[in-house]
Parts: sequence; C-alpha cells; structure tokens
Amino acid sequence: MALHRFANPARFLRFSAVALPWFSVAAVACIAAGLVLGLVVSPADYQQGETVRIMYVHVPAAWMALMVYTVMAGGSVSALVWKHPLGDLVARAAAPIGAGFTLICLVTGALWGKPMWGAWWVWDARLTSVLVLFFLYLGYMALQNAFDDPTRGEKAAALLAIVGFVNVPIIKWSVDWWNTLHQPASVARLAGPSIHASMLVPLLLMGAGFTFYFAAVLLLRVRAEIAARRIRALRLVAMEG
Amino acid sequence: MTRKRRRLLVLAIAMGLLGGATALVLAAFQDSLVFFYSPSDLQAKGAPGERSFRLGGLVEEKSVVRAGEGRVTFRITDGVHAVPVAYSGILPDLFREGQGVVTEGRMRPDGVFLAREVLAKHDETYMPREVADALRKTGHWKEGEKR
Repeated sequence: MALHRFANPARFLRFSAVALPWFSVAAVACIAAGLVLGLVVSPADYQQGETVRIMYVHVPAAWMALMVYTVMAGGSVSALVWKHPLGDLVARAAAPIGAGFTLICLVTGALWGKPMWGAWWVWDARLTSVLVLFFLYLGYMALQNAFDDPTRGEKAAALLAIVGFVNVPIIKWSVDWWNTLHQPASVARLAGPSIHASMLVPLLLMGAGFTFYFAAVLLLRVRAEIAARRIRALRLVAMEG
Repeated sequence: MTRKRRRLLVLAIAMGLLGGATALVLAAFQDSLVFFYSPSDLQAKGAPGERSFRLGGLVEEKSVVRAGEGRVTFRITDGVHAVPVAYSGILPDLFREGQGVVTEGRMRPDGVFLAREVLAKHDETYMPREVADALRKTGHWKEGEKR
C-alpha cells in the first residue's frame, strides 16, 4: 500500500518538506482567484441577489468540515488498528483545523439565513447535525488532553473520533432523508450541478484552495508535533544520562 | 489471526452495530426529525390539536391577499393538498408566490393555519438573473421538475 510509505516519520518529513511550499502557493492562488471571481466577477443570483456571495465561503467550509473529520477518523483508525506512528499525529493536527472550518460554516450560514430565511438559526436536521459535528471536534480536543498519560488520552480521543464518524453520512444526507429548511445539495447530485457555470467555477476554486490550505497546515502541524516529540525524547535521554 | 486483524475485526463489527443502532434510532424518531409537515402529511395524520407545529410547502399562485397592517393570508400547497394560512408580521425577502416557505403556528378550529413565524425556503438552484429571464422566455423554466 502506497500510504504505508508515508507512515514512516523520516519519509514523511522528507515528503512534507517538498510538498509544503507547493501546497501553500496553490492554496493562496486558488483562494485569491476564487475570492476575486466569487466576490467581484460572478453575477448576483436571480433570487438571492448579492447575498449569494456568502456561499463561496460557506459551502467550501462545510465540505472541509466533513473532509477534515473523515481524515481525523481515518488517522484514528490507523492509530488504533495498525499503530501507525503518524495516525494519532495526523488526527491531532487535523482537529483544530476542522473545528475552525465548522465554525466558519456555522457563522456564515447564520449570516445568510437571516436575510434569506428570516432566521439566524433553526433546529432542522442539517443545522443540528453540523452543530453536533462542531461539538465532536471540541470534545475530541478536550478528551485528548484530559489524561495525565498522553497515550491514554490519544486512545480515548481516537475512539470518540471513530464513533462520531456516524454523524458524517447523517450530515451529508440529512437534507434528503428529512424535510429540512436547508436546501439540498447543488453540486454533488445525480442530475448534475444546479449552479450556473459562472458561479460554480469560483465555488470549486474556493473548494480547491481550502483543500490545499488544509493540506499545508496539516503537514506543518504534524512536522511541529514530530519536532516536539523529538525534543521531549531528547530531554528524557539527557535527564537519564 | 494476528492482533492487527483482530483489532480491525472488532472495530469493524463495533462500527457496524453502532451504524445499525443509529439507523434504528433515526428511523424511530423520523416524525420528530422532520423540520416541517407538508399539507399532505397534515391531511393524513390530522393536526396535533392545540400544539404548535411547522407547515411547509409552496405558496400557491394567486393566493396571497394582503389586508394591510402587515396582515396577509395565503395558501400553502404541495401540489396535492393546500392549507389556508393567516399571518401578521414581516415576511422574509424571498417570500413570493410559487416560492417554498415553512411556517410555524397552530391550526385554528376553522381549518385556517395561524402562523406565528414565516421562513422562506430557498431551493438548490443558483443562476444569474439574465439566465433565469432567458430560460423563462424560451419556456425551459423548471424543465424536468415535477411542479
């Protein structure tokens, strides 16, 4: 399996040193282009008017909230089952990024909801399940640091991340399974996107930019964590020696 | 069986059980998880007495009557059944005939739904105004939709 090669921290450090600048440049380029196209060039919506521009931040942030959680759960599975040295590191590094994206999604959604729906917040299945996702991120981070022994905390948090994954398909399909105030998916649907191309292009650019941003910050945070563990190990050696 | 295989198996079974349990719970609470009832649901189940609930659907064409001082009556339809609604207050920007809405309130004994709150429901279609106008002109508007 190709992924196993990156489970080795030394290989990971070499790979990430090369990939980090590329991901960072791609993130800045995509987000800059997406913002210009989305906020300036793209037309106003026939019903929502200028308010539609909130979508170019809200929707990619929501995609990332789900994608980052999936990465976190995947890292936790690899840590629990295969004891990959990088599994816990990746999951731990991803959590605050995912929580940030979820918060952006919730706040921009409220800002859009007030003028469009007439309410900042409603307790429908989509909004409630995304709020639960936010709390899962917070709970994961709290649980990780709740034990004196860091390995125990990591194990408990990994279990929470995996159990919480049942929420991800619920969020994705909540708008199809139940009557919700939130509209159904516009891009990832069987009949093809129901967004005009002039609005779809900036949306996808923002999605790509957010993904590169996540990849870059994730690599950076995992590198920092590896460095921190090395320092800890060296200190232990020095104390004993 | 190696320990890795066993751990994977235990995790897979646990996740399968958890997924099944979640599906059962969600199916059991189906009625409370829906955000609103449609006029057909109301017809089938009846109004829940004095209790407040949400009613959603499309604002029927040519049914909106404004009586002044923010009082308005209209009908909510799902294409099969329609329910008359009375409301007084500020309507959201997107409120118009043919547009989806969700209202919260209770059923009056005379069969009129007295709404305390009206929310506009936006659909998943996004397009520039010129494209919408062009589609309407050529008669391709909402093509392939059931409405």
